[in-house]
Amino acid sequence: MSLRIIMETKQDVLVVRLQGELDHHTAEELRGKVDDLLRQSSIRHIVLSLAELSFMDSSGIGVILGRYKQISARSGEMVVCSINPTIYRIFEMSGLFKVIKFRENEAEALHVLGVA
Amino acid sequence: MAKRNFMSVAFAAQSQNEAFARVAVASFISQLDISVEELEEIKTVVSEAVTNSIIHGYDENPDGVVRISVSIDDGAVELVVEDEGKGIEDVDQAMQPLFTSKPELERSGMGFTIMENFMDSLEVATAVGKGTTVRLTKRLSFAKALQN
Repeated sequence: MSLRIIMETKQDVLVVRLQGELDHHTAEELRGKVDDLLRQSSIRHIVLSLAELSFMDSSGIGVILGRYKQISARSGEMVVCSINPTIYRIFEMSGLFKVIKFRENEAEALHVLGVA
Repeated sequence: MAKRNFMSVAFAAQSQNEAFARVAVASFISQLDISVEELEEIKTVVSEAVTNSIIHGYDENPDGVVRISVSIDDGAVELVVEDEGKGIEDVDQAMQPLFTSKPELERSGMGFTIMENFMDSLEVATAVGKGTTVRLTKRLSFAKALQN
């Protein structure tokens, strides 16, 4: 199983929905696709929607932190939602929740960023 | 209790084999009464150790060989991941949370920390220029429950 990346822009928010498995092999593709869209200066925030992400290891942490740094440099925020329990623990262990907000679902995540 | 059983598999140090390694180990240990959460933890650990061998041990040279051995005995899982790569110069430093020798590749430096957290024990044997062997063990909850 590999990774499927679905992206959608809502106002100044880039919503990234991941399905499948995020590891070292698939992280490269995610990095490339998100960075392509981040060239548009109209994007300020990222919502990472992980409801259908079945697997993630520390390679995922690396690629998420890398995108967080870019968003943060343009005074934006990153919000992550719908995480499975094992992935949630990896986020916690890595201290990611210190800089990335967590919300239960996509609607709540978008609400935090002012998108109705 | 089930008798001791083991498996071993070797594969090229290529990133697409990370998923293969996780599935191979998961399907072998699924013969135990393992919980979904424990299975996910072990898959994550396999991924961390194999990714370390590929990225750090072999600097992503696809000619490298990674070997995984798994043995199960009385509800205890032992996982060994070996490479014949460049070895680790300073193991204590490599095991520090957030330390990475490859920040330019956006590595998080969390691999060993995750392995330690998801398993009961972790041992690293390494020699510069010869390779690294990571040995991890975990006692599964069903076995602990039977014991009590």
